[in-house]
Amino acid sequence: MTSFLVFIILVLVGIAVWQLTKIFDLTQIGGSSDNDEIANDKDNSVNGYLMFAFVGFIYVFTIYSLYAWGDLVLGTPASEHGKDVDNLMAISMALIFFVQTITQFLLHYFAFKYRGKEGQKALYFADNNKLEAIWTIIPVIVLAGLIMYGLYTWNDIMFVDKEDEQDAIVIELYAKQFGWEARYAGDDKTLGKANVRLIEGINTLGVDLADPAAQDDKVVTELHIPKGKRVIFKMRSQDVLHSAYMPHFRAQMNCVPGMITQFSFIPTVTTADMRNDEAIIAKVDKINKIRTKNSKKIVAEGGVALDPYTFDYLLLCNKICGASHYNMQMKIVVDTPADFKAWLAEKPTLAQQWKEANAPAPAVAPAVATPAVAVDSTKVVAQVIK
Amino acid sequence: MSHDHGHHKETFITKYIFSLDHKMIAKQYLISGLLMGIVGVVLSLFFRMQIAWPEESFEIFKVFLGDNFAPDGVMRNDIYLALVTIHGTIMVFFVLTAGLSGTFSNLLIPLQIGARDMASGFMNMLSFWMFFISCVIMIASLFVESGPASAGWTIYPPLSALPQAIPGSGLGMTLWLASMAIFIASSLMGSLNYVVTVINLRTKGMTMTRMPLTVWAFFVTAIIGIVSFPVLFSAALLLIFDRSFGTSFFLSDIFIQGEVLHYQGGSPVLFEHLFWFLGHPEVYIVLLPALGITSEIIATNSRKPIFGYRAMIASILAIAFLSTIVWGHHMFISGMNPFLGSVFTFTTLLIAIPSAVKAFNYITTLWKGNLQLNPAMLFSIGLVSTFITGGLTGIILGDSTLDINVHDTYFVVAHFHLVMGISALYGFFAGVYHWFPKMFGRMMNKNLGYVHFWVTAVCAYGVFFPMHFIGMAGLPRRYYTNSAFPLFDELADVNVLITIFAIVGAAFQIVFFWNFFYSIFYGKKATQNPWRSNTLEWTTPVEHIHGNWPGEIPEVHRWPYDYSKPGHDEDFVTQITPMKEGEEVLHH
Ligand code: HEM
Ligand SMILES: [Cu+2]
Ligand SMILES: [Cu+2]
Repeated sequence: MTSFLVFIILVLVGIAVWQLTKIFDLTQIGGSSDNDEIANDKDNSVNGYLMFAFVGFIYVFTIYSLYAWGDLVLGTPASEHGKDVDNLMAISMALIFFVQTITQFLLHYFAFKYRGKEGQKALYFADNNKLEAIWTIIPVIVLAGLIMYGLYTWNDIMFVDKEDEQDAIVIELYAKQFGWEARYAGDDKTLGKANVRLIEGINTLGVDLADPAAQDDKVVTELHIPKGKRVIFKMRSQDVLHSAYMPHFRAQMNCVPGMITQFSFIPTVTTADMRNDEAIIAKVDKINKIRTKNSKKIVAEGGVALDPYTFDYLLLCNKICGASHYNMQMKIVVDTPADFKAWLAEKPTLAQQWKEANAPAPAVAPAVATPAVAVDSTKVVAQVIK
Repeated sequence: MSHDHGHHKETFITKYIFSLDHKMIAKQYLISGLLMGIVGVVLSLFFRMQIAWPEESFEIFKVFLGDNFAPDGVMRNDIYLALVTIHGTIMVFFVLTAGLSGTFSNLLIPLQIGARDMASGFMNMLSFWMFFISCVIMIASLFVESGPASAGWTIYPPLSALPQAIPGSGLGMTLWLASMAIFIASSLMGSLNYVVTVINLRTKGMTMTRMPLTVWAFFVTAIIGIVSFPVLFSAALLLIFDRSFGTSFFLSDIFIQGEVLHYQGGSPVLFEHLFWFLGHPEVYIVLLPALGITSEIIATNSRKPIFGYRAMIASILAIAFLSTIVWGHHMFISGMNPFLGSVFTFTTLLIAIPSAVKAFNYITTLWKGNLQLNPAMLFSIGLVSTFITGGLTGIILGDSTLDINVHDTYFVVAHFHLVMGISALYGFFAGVYHWFPKMFGRMMNKNLGYVHFWVTAVCAYGVFFPMHFIGMAGLPRRYYTNSAFPLFDELADVNVLITIFAIVGAAFQIVFFWNFFYSIFYGKKATQNPWRSNTLEWTTPVEHIHGNWPGEIPEVHRWPYDYSKPGHDEDFVTQITPMKEGEEVLHH
């Protein structure tokens, strides 16, 4: 089947080349000299028109893309800073489209308009300081605006206020080949110290269970966060680089072995509300149509039909981390604060779990580590608390 | 050195293999670069097929990847990453650094500045042969049992350091590092040669401000290479230490496959800094020569002076300088201090300014010209087009705020392919079409050239433009399949379309290769100055001779861009034409 496909493509390509050279050849009738392989007036004319057609192609393709794929982009941002990010994105995009439209037109139009003709004389125009100053200064001004807006937003996102922090929920995102875990710091808002050298049994994160701050820590594999509260994520990795990518929240930070990185945001839309978002409903419908179609094929081949898709926020890995990098995900649920509280209350602490698993032995950390090795979670952060 | 040609006894070996002649070395680079290009493109087709038709069985995979890499014709997931890695490495370093720079710097620097050869012919030969060895090692790594390097062309540790993390980080990565170390040595020898040659061997009258922009671009590129490649070399060396001798430069606190490793105190972020200190300048090492080639070709074929010659030089210098202080834009979310992010956003967006100047100057050069739309000219105009399309999205990626959400998605893949991959490739093609007569004494067929250009132009947009959209949909790059996420089901059709464009576009490169190899032997005989160009290389005889000019090296009397100058009968005035009595210099 595939070899047949390849064969067909090769044949078609062959025919196309032959036809196209023919067309270009036909424009050559009459002329034959030493300079056969140098563009003559006819070549200039044909290719000049093609240049003009090409800018048309770029425009049509752009418009078609916007029409056909415009709805593929991520919808409503689900975090507070996400709105600013999207706003800046919209402004930058508008600017890009504007400049792209004009410069591509000028480039291809000139290529068409000034296509060579016998006897046409080019203008000797070597420089013009005024013109050059204009197109140096205009980008300077525009970029200055963009830089200022961008940096303002960046500082807003990356530098968190002290007060804001006090009200926040602290969660550790823990990455490993090929999955995620999350650890909630509990009421003391402090994560117990941890180090990969302490990993043992159910203590998969290497939490130092002797640390008082660790006593109320809870480890889960599905991430819940409350709407309207700042969530401070502390990222850790136990093996290679990973990246915690939460596209719906416009959030991403690498997870680096040997170091703690940080990102925080305030979720603004609960999962339930997002499922009622118009754009999301349309997206889900579209995806389910595709899945139904695919299922038919799979079932016909004796497989199991695909589950229908319901919307969920996702945490993806976005840094190449090994063979199954493409499938390293965790579901994120944004709850109302009350639901969140109830959900978290039900979860046992790691200390409890450890006790149960290792009863009757005392709940002390395995003796390997010296405290000095434990990572101090304030040491290196990728986001700064003012 | 006296170069009365003819008194060298030449054997086949000294002429074609261990040649010291820069023109022959240029051809050697060209052919090796093109062959590596075929490998790189074919690899990309393989992994594009996997993305479009995930986990399907293909006969081709059975044949080319074999049972080990593609059991039953289905590509293994780590092999996907291996192919992406080797594709990226080959394209960036082997095709567009060595292939492009190596070919045209070697060919044009001596010819355009009026030198008999490179400053050191021996080092030049050594540089090529080391490059060749590094090619052989890189290709050999494709046949390693455990698979070639699979950590991405950026080879970030710990993934690249630990064979436990991915099979390709075993012998495959060792070969990658060995190959790149040799490659870097080769590149440094080449670059030093270029710089020394430009500084010392210019003919009488060839002042720096009379040099063609090609030579300026090659010269500055060589300097960037000398500044930044050693840093990659040191990163590679330290990585080799971490891998083989138990040091902890880049590794710390690692627990993998149920085992704690001894590494303590290193940082992968340090590697990222070292890598990108080369990595970013590298994109200009790739791009500047292409821009230089384009400047020359656009001026010649517009029959007009390049607009803003001095501004062009200034922007090359500005880009070169800025390119060494923007590397952090690859690391906004790496965990480095966000204050640094601000600094790198600032410097990165600054680089848009000289780039904009260049684009506008090209467009103005076309204005009121008498455009000779030869294939080389089409590719040059195409370069400006993709340079604009790809460059503009740099405004988004260079902005730390926006990068948070598009970092490492297909948006990035779209951006860098257009602005550096395709642009530089167009520059490469433009150069080949333009200087083919100089290299081989024959002409390439123009109609095949036109077909090649137009199909390539459409396919390049078809492949990379849609990637912006799937990137903005949040699709990460380097994913073996997107079927693990129902969210991405709606992107499947786009991915099929992209792959079809890629296959068609790649298939049409056969037209180029056919044209290239056929014309070497059977092309129409070239005249001495077929494009009616001003620069010195066209004053040498069509037949290659040692030392380039049979007699004295000609003296240069003017800049290279006196096209359609008022007061002259012809629409070009070669650099060796003395100024007429009372003739004025009309440019600044
Ligand atoms: C036939 C034309 C080409 C096609 C279809 C193509 C396609 C692709 C795709 C789809 C990826 C991303 C794969 C992934 O992330 O999963 C990729 C990666 C890459 N390509 Fe290309 N490419 C082409 C030509 C080029 C050229 C001319 C360059 C030269 C700069 C280039 C350089 C790279 C690099 C550096 C990467 C990144 C590799 C990595 O992620 O480690 N490609 N290519
Ligand atoms: Cu990953
Ligand atoms: Cu960069």
